[in-house]
Amino acid sequence: MKNFQGKTLSWRAGDGVIELVLDRAPCNEIGSETLVELEKFTAALESLKKDARALVISSERKEGFSAGADLRELYERSRDLPPAEKNAGVRDFLLRIHRVMNALDAAPLVTIAAVHGVAFGGGFELALACDLIVADKMARFCFPELRLGLIPGFGGIPRLKRDVGNAVVRDLLLTGRSINAEKARAAGLVSQVTAEGDAARVARSTAEQAAKFDRTAAIAAKRFIKPIPEEDLRREIDIFCELFAQPAVEAGLRKFAESTDPLPYLP
Amino acid sequence: MNMPEETLNEILRLAAAHFHVSREQLHADDDFFAKLGINSLQALELLTRIEQHFHIELPDYELQGVSDFRTLASRIQSRL
Repeated sequence: MKNFQGKTLSWRAGDGVIELVLDRAPCNEIGSETLVELEKFTAALESLKKDARALVISSERKEGFSAGADLRELYERSRDLPPAEKNAGVRDFLLRIHRVMNALDAAPLVTIAAVHGVAFGGGFELALACDLIVADKMARFCFPELRLGLIPGFGGIPRLKRDVGNAVVRDLLLTGRSINAEKARAAGLVSQVTAEGDAARVARSTAEQAAKFDRTAAIAAKRFIKPIPEEDLRREIDIFCELFAQPAVEAGLRKFAESTDPLPYLP
Repeated sequence: MNMPEETLNEILRLAAAHFHVSREQLHADDDFFAKLGINSLQALELLTRIEQHFHIELPDYELQGVSDFRTLASRIQSRL
């Protein structure tokens, strides 16, 4: 499928570059519908990669790249289930999203996240699965999961640990604070900071540059410098599921889900 | 180093420009959520503008419970 238009995202391929565009209101929260379409995309990558050298992931939503996991859906789907069933459902979701993230992480293409606005939680984790992050100067990055009594569950900690120093990981994780694009660039997470509204254009230009290089060499370089942290990723799922069973998490999710603010991202 | 009053004026100017309202409409003790009709995400945008303008880092947890420009200015002042 060279082009696809779904309910939460779309993609099109041409001139050696695949563009995957997230577009689900309010801010690309990643729930079951997005997961299914991301799975479609990673399945389609098998044929798309034949004619492409690079992938750009961006967002059509003015609010930002992605606000993370769809916590309202998570709460609604799990609140009335017995503990064992609740945990099995979450583990299944995490295993599926990890397969998607790992496929993007290891894709035989140069992958670039074009980030504007918020890249929080799962949205930040999606960006971290990419090879490069190009950020609009108004972008903000955050791991707010500890506010709910959880840790990031889409592979965020192992991938952040792979890219930056442990002190930066602790700062972001243990305070839950958001950082701007310039701070993220200084920490080594963001490769380029652009003017407002320019991240997608700069990401495309970067993709076109990357697409000029020999594919075999580019894939070999990527495999050499960007190994998938398999063991840490497995451990992350276990820790997330252990924490998810705690009563405080349900209370935190309830508070979030029942908030009247459509975008309750600030602490 | 900016004086507190100067910091406050700069914040009011930044907020007016970012949210496209007249500077004269904004006052130091206004509740900026109510006065500007903004949500938490738009407050984050203002935070980013402030960090860029003053060349500071202002962790969002320092803004918990802060909703007026004067208190916001004092938080910024402590980072200058």
